[in-house]
Amino acid sequence: MRRRPARGRKLADLAVRAAASLAALLGISALVLILFEVARRGLPALDPAFFTALPGPPGVAGGGLANAILGTLALTFAATLVGVPLGMLAGVYLSEFGRDTRLGAAVRFCVNVLMGLPSIIVGLFVWTVLVVPFRGFSGHAGAVALALIMLPVVARTTEDMLSLVPHALREGALAVGTPRWRATLIAFRAARGGLITGVLLAVARVSGETAPLLFTALNSPFWPRSMSEPVSNLTVTIFQYAMSPYADWQAKAWGASLLIMAAVLTTSLLARTFARERVR
Amino acid sequence: MNATSPKSPLSPPPAAPRPRVADRPDDADTSAPPKISVRGLDFFYGKQQALFGNDLDIAERRVTAVIGPSGCGKSTHLRVYNRIYQLYRDQRAQGEVLLDGENLLSPTTDLIELRRKVGMIFQKPTPFPMSVYENVAYGLKLHYRLSKGELAEAVERALRSAALWGEVKDALDRPGTALSGGQQQRLCIARAIAVRPEVLLMDEPTSAIDPVATAKIEDLIEELKREFTIVIVTHNMQQAARISDYTVFFFEGRIVEFGATRQIFTKPVHRQTEDYITGRFG
Repeated sequence: MRRRPARGRKLADLAVRAAASLAALLGISALVLILFEVARRGLPALDPAFFTALPGPPGVAGGGLANAILGTLALTFAATLVGVPLGMLAGVYLSEFGRDTRLGAAVRFCVNVLMGLPSIIVGLFVWTVLVVPFRGFSGHAGAVALALIMLPVVARTTEDMLSLVPHALREGALAVGTPRWRATLIAFRAARGGLITGVLLAVARVSGETAPLLFTALNSPFWPRSMSEPVSNLTVTIFQYAMSPYADWQAKAWGASLLIMAAVLTTSLLARTFARERVR
Repeated sequence: MNATSPKSPLSPPPAAPRPRVADRPDDADTSAPPKISVRGLDFFYGKQQALFGNDLDIAERRVTAVIGPSGCGKSTHLRVYNRIYQLYRDQRAQGEVLLDGENLLSPTTDLIELRRKVGMIFQKPTPFPMSVYENVAYGLKLHYRLSKGELAEAVERALRSAALWGEVKDALDRPGTALSGGQQQRLCIARAIAVRPEVLLMDEPTSAIDPVATAKIEDLIEELKREFTIVIVTHNMQQAARISDYTVFFFEGRIVEFGATRQIFTKPVHRQTEDYITGRFG
C-alpha cells in the first residue's frame, strides 16, 4: 500500500491549531478590552458619594446612585426568593418524578423555550399582566420579570446536577426505608455544590438585565421605599444616564456599569469555587 | 414508637446459636418455615421478560447465595424482595413473594416498613453525603423515636456489629464518603442493620472492594447470619462456597438448581450448574 506523506497531515494540523487559537484570542481580547475600557471610564466615578448619595440634577457636582444600588439588590433578592424555589422544584420534578413521562418531556421543552426567550418579551409580558391591570410600575412586577428569567436557568441546572447523582445513592436511601421525597433531599445534598453554582449563575444573569425592568420596575430618583411603586435600579439608570446629554450623568453610567460588571464577575468566580465540589 | 414497631433497636440481639460448619444442612432443610417463599415470580423490564416463574424458599438465619452468569436475572430477582425496582417506571413484578407468609408484592404493602425489614447492600457502597455518625443514625431516626443518648448507643451498636467501630470511633464527624471503599461498604452494612431488619440483601457486596476488605466482609456475613437472613448475589464461586449454606443457580431468568451449598458444589444435579461452577462458561 502506498503511504500518505506526513506533510499534508502536519499542515492541516497547523492550520486548525492556528485558526482555533486565533478565535480564542479574539474572544478573550474582546472581554479584556471591555473590562479595561469600563474600568478606565468607570473608576473615576466611584467616589464615596456614589455609594451613599441620591442622584443630583445634571451639572451639579456630587450625588450618587445609592438608591439604584439598593434597588437592584432588593429586586434581585426578591426575584431570587421567587425564582429559585420554583426553578428548583421544577428541576426536581424533571429529574426525579417526570424523567420518562410525557408531561416531563413537555415541561423540559417549555423550560428550554423559556430559557431562550428574549428578556424584553418577558418584560412586556409582565407589563401586560402586572403593570397595566394595577395601573402602575412596581418593584413587584420587576421582581417577577427577573424571577421568570431565573426560573428556567435554575430548573435546568437543578435537573442537570441531580442527574449527575448516581442512581445507586437514591436506591441506597430508599433501601433503608426512606420515603421518596426524603431520598430526593439526599440527592440534593450530594449535588449541593452544583446547585449553589446554578443559583449564583442565575443571580449573576439577572443582576445585569435591563429590558425586563424597563416596563416593570421602571426606575426612580428616590430611595426605594416600597415594592409597590417604581424601584430605582442600576441597569435602567445606566440606560437613561448613558442616553442623556450630560457628561456627569454619562460618567455615573460608566461607574454603574463597572459596579455591575465587578459584581457579576465576583459571583461567577464564587460559583466556580462551589462548582469544584460538584457531586460528591 | 408505635405499637406496630418492631423490637427496639436497643434491646440486645436475640441469642441464636451459631451453627458450626458441621451443623450446616447437607440438603435443603425444610423443617423450619422459610423466611421468604417465592412462587411463580415473573419480572418485566418494559415488555421484555427477565424472570420466568421463579420458585424459591429462603431459609431463616442462613446465607443463601445466588449465582449465575451475567445477565441471568440474579440481581433482578434480589431487587424484588424489597421492591426497590419500583423506583423505575417500566419495571414490573408478577407472582408471589411471601415474607413470613405475607405477599410483599401486594399493592397494600407498606414499602417503608418492608424496606426496614428487608435491608439492602449494593455493589458500589452508597454512603450518604453526611458524617459517618449521621449515615448510621439516618435510618434509626427515620423509623424510631430515640433520645440523643439512645441514638448514640444504637449507632455504636450498629457500627460494632458491622466491625467498623474500632476504625471510626474517633472519626464519627468525618464525611462517610471520606472512608476507604471497604469501610464505606461496612458503613452501609451498619446503616442497614441499625434499623433492625430481618433480611439482608447483598448485591455483589464485595465486587468493588479489595481482597483484604472482602475477607473482612465475609467474616462479617458469617457473624451477621446469627441474627439476619442473608441473601447474597455473587460472581465469585469461592465466595459462594465459603460463606453460604444454600445456593441458587440462575440461568436466563430461570432457577436451574437450588440446594445446600455443599451439594451444589460437589454433586450438582444439572449439567448447566456443573459447567458454570467449574468455569466452563459464564
